[in-house]
Amino acid sequence: MIKIISFLVIVFCLQTMLKAQETDLLKLVEDDKKKKEIVKNAFKSTRVINGHSMEFLRPGTMDVRILHRFGQIDQGYKNFFGLDQASMRLGFDFGIRNNLMGGVGRSTFKKELDAFVKYAPFLQSTGSRSFPLTIALVAGITMNGLEWADSARKNYFSSRLAYYFQTIIGKKISEGFSLQFTPTLVHKNMVHLAADSNDIFSLGVGGRLKISRRVAITWDYFYVFNPLSDNVYHDPLSIGIDIETGGHVFQLHFSNATGMNEPTFITETTGDWSKGEVRFGFNLSRVFQLKKKKMD
Amino acid sequence: MKKFNLMMIAVLIVSMSFGQKYFTKNGKINFDATSANSPEKVEAVNRTITCVVDTKTGNIQFAALMKGFEFEKALMQEHFNENYVESDKYPKAEFRGMIDGNDALNYSKDGTYIVKVKGKLTIHGETRDIESPGKLIVQNGKISTLADFIITLSDYKISIPGLVGDKVSKTAKISVTCQLELFKG
Repeated sequence: MIKIISFLVIVFCLQTMLKAQETDLLKLVEDDKKKKEIVKNAFKSTRVINGHSMEFLRPGTMDVRILHRFGQIDQGYKNFFGLDQASMRLGFDFGIRNNLMGGVGRSTFKKELDAFVKYAPFLQSTGSRSFPLTIALVAGITMNGLEWADSARKNYFSSRLAYYFQTIIGKKISEGFSLQFTPTLVHKNMVHLAADSNDIFSLGVGGRLKISRRVAITWDYFYVFNPLSDNVYHDPLSIGIDIETGGHVFQLHFSNATGMNEPTFITETTGDWSKGEVRFGFNLSRVFQLKKKKMD
Repeated sequence: MKKFNLMMIAVLIVSMSFGQKYFTKNGKINFDATSANSPEKVEAVNRTITCVVDTKTGNIQFAALMKGFEFEKALMQEHFNENYVESDKYPKAEFRGMIDGNDALNYSKDGTYIVKVKGKLTIHGETRDIESPGKLIVQNGKISTLADFIITLSDYKISIPGLVGDKVSKTAKISVTCQLELFKG
């Protein structure tokens, strides 16, 4: 009996001694379970180019967005490749919670006011109880500010309004590559032709490929299932480059769309890439901290 | 039976050697890389530092999760993680070193001891030898460790683009404060 006990004791002693010799002290206190962590920076900005991205602003921040879309490049030197004409949108977005943000904006094109709310019931995360995708919902409204085309007829205020509802299903697949799909419904209270539906369905595909820590290639395309027929419309396709400097994100791109809110760029894009009817444009985003975090 | 008693005593002594390690999981590191004349402060605090000290061997080790650094401005924090320390690739910073002249220290006696700590610091996947003076405060069976040192960011391959050179300094001041408790495990 004593022999067995002494044997056990010796083994125990040896084990303990070995343990005392161990130099990886940190391992002793390490947690086995990894904490849940939200995957961030799938995109540099909250827009891929034109469309919303799966990215959210941090709570307590305001993103001032200045967007420019120039004229068609194929107009050549007489319009300085489109740079003589510019259409713009000035917008203010606010980060409310990690998965909730909203914004307002005003565009030159059709003098439109717009507003939206974006909420994600699921955010892509790692660690325990992780979720592989970000699923976000966007609801927005736009108001056409132009004078009535025909002031003689009875015009309703509601005719100025259009809505859009979007689901963003996105994933940061690797550090450098993110991809998202955005089924979108645009509802226009007024369309020009009786034959056209007020509801226009589309599916967006947006992505980002990082080429360095601060530069990325982006693309943003919407396939429109039932385009309006009062003009020849094309699917909006934008290809760009995101450049991030300390506090700004510049999104330089080429696109066939002029509009800078969902109802206009999805349903009213007349440019045709195959004919070179492409415009240069940029989004300038500057994030301000409205509410500072307490440090101590 | 005598033999058995001796064994028991041996076991007890060995188990007591467990009481030589002290640790914490909520130590604090203040990080300051504000450039002189910078209009905004580039500083952060991390309150989730793990530190373990083995008073017998003088081994001292720290670990910091890079994502645990909190900045006043969310954007700065994002850039810190995304562009400077690349937290997804290198989630942890670690220091593994020794307390110089540990044998001469009496951990059972309350007091403040000025010590020198030497070891290897790993940040952003780069490991460098560093040496820093520090303080050990022993009080009521608990140990506090305090150290201030400066690191050169380029040593750890953290590059500061020229554009932000007026805000972000090439060096960072690091202050570590940990209150350690006896490790029972």
